[in-house]
Amino acid sequence: MSSVLFDVPGPRARRRYQILTAVFALLLLAIVAWVVQRLLAEKVLTADAVNATFQNRYLEVVIEGFISTLKAAGLAILTSLLAGALLAAGRLSNHAVVRWPCTAFIEFFRAVPLLLLFFYIFYAYESQIGTLLTVVLALTLYNGSVLAEIFRAGINAVQKGQSEAAYALGMRKTQVMNLILMPQAVRFMLPAIVSQCVVVLKDTTLGQLITYDEVVRQARGITLAPGAEALLIYALVALVFILINYSLGKLAEYLERRLSRRGERAGARLTIEPGMGAGAGA
Amino acid sequence: MQVLIDNFGLILDGFVKTLWLLLFAGLIALVLGTLLVALRVSPVAVMRAVGTSYINVVRNTPLLLIVYLFGALFPVLGYTASISSYIDYSFITATIALGMYAAAFVCEALRAGINSIPVGQAEAARSLGMTFGQSMSTVILPQAFRAAIPPLASTYIALAKNTSVALAIGVTEAAFAMKKLNNEYATGRSWIFFGFAVGYILIVWAIAAFAHGLERQAGKAR
Repeated sequence: MSSVLFDVPGPRARRRYQILTAVFALLLLAIVAWVVQRLLAEKVLTADAVNATFQNRYLEVVIEGFISTLKAAGLAILTSLLAGALLAAGRLSNHAVVRWPCTAFIEFFRAVPLLLLFFYIFYAYESQIGTLLTVVLALTLYNGSVLAEIFRAGINAVQKGQSEAAYALGMRKTQVMNLILMPQAVRFMLPAIVSQCVVVLKDTTLGQLITYDEVVRQARGITLAPGAEALLIYALVALVFILINYSLGKLAEYLERRLSRRGERAGARLTIEPGMGAGAGA
Repeated sequence: MQVLIDNFGLILDGFVKTLWLLLFAGLIALVLGTLLVALRVSPVAVMRAVGTSYINVVRNTPLLLIVYLFGALFPVLGYTASISSYIDYSFITATIALGMYAAAFVCEALRAGINSIPVGQAEAARSLGMTFGQSMSTVILPQAFRAAIPPLASTYIALAKNTSVALAIGVTEAAFAMKKLNNEYATGRSWIFFGFAVGYILIVWAIAAFAHGLERQAGKAR
């Protein structure tokens, strides 16, 4: 198969690939062996440590922790969707009085590190609203702004002729938005929304820095002594995160493939202005 | 407002450290991300698998957990070196963790750049008799880099914001200074928040402006 980088390999190239495969596999094995040997030599990976990790009700704690992580993340996703829809509607408004404050709000909260929001809300309001709401509120301010941009990009991705036709039929702006633009835009936005859920889930872990009892905090709480057990339990927590987020990522990919297959605009992808970008999350 | 004026030195020190973190982690991310994208687009299946696994593991793990993992791993393995009292052990740990995390996103940005080039470009270059090296350096990579600038900018902006997570293992960067001020002062919390927010926004704008400039430069060469 020819790609933009490599042509279809001939006999010489195929031999070169085979040699590279062998060399790289050996290199990889050597690295893995070295890491395992180091961990064994430093007594990180011992039967005792593994047993302790699975016996001392560590698993229970991790599961409990994940429940509170998912609770905060789930609430935050719901409120972010709502806030995002309102902010996007505001930013797309015809009235400058509504548009400008919404634009300023979105741009400000996309540019500020999430941790600053956590600390500000925690120190100023935590005593009144509690840690769960602190986490949810901070996540909503940031992700609501990012989702607003996703919604806006989705609506702008609908072909111009659609809204022009609707206006020509005499529809009002609200009707055009609700009956014509939104139903089509949802298809463009859905993959990006699912990807944003991954970001929310990962960012929920920051809640532990303001004493919200999510999974990383609970895991830290039971392994105060740094060392083997801490490593194993962190690895366990990381594994669960990877499984959940990987599945969400696959779901986003699937939606993107499926929706673009029947979409008339092949490859109409959301172009969210770079800048404070959705992308990474913490 | 008075809080910010009184503690201007502390705040400035915090942001200087944030910028150092950004610089070192950014360099690690650039180098590692380039190596990873070479693996990810390689014609050799084993290399591709390694690149893809790295991306899937690192991108789906919370940064805070990566920072803690390295914070726990290095002492166990006996690596607790520090270069100076300023670039101390926790700074190095945080830099490595941030760099390795951002590398996954740098790799994906570069790969998106490569994928954005139509196959016809490479086929045309080959049919003109260009060697692999020629078609890479004069046709493919210049275009790929141009297409990769916007996602790279997003990645570096995210990295700048994510340096704040380094406070979790005790790096005294800007977010650490903010937490300290919040603990010491009972009033003026909104001022403290806005002061630090403005600092981060300036960094974000600087990166966005730099990327914009690069994009214009790359566009001119067309």
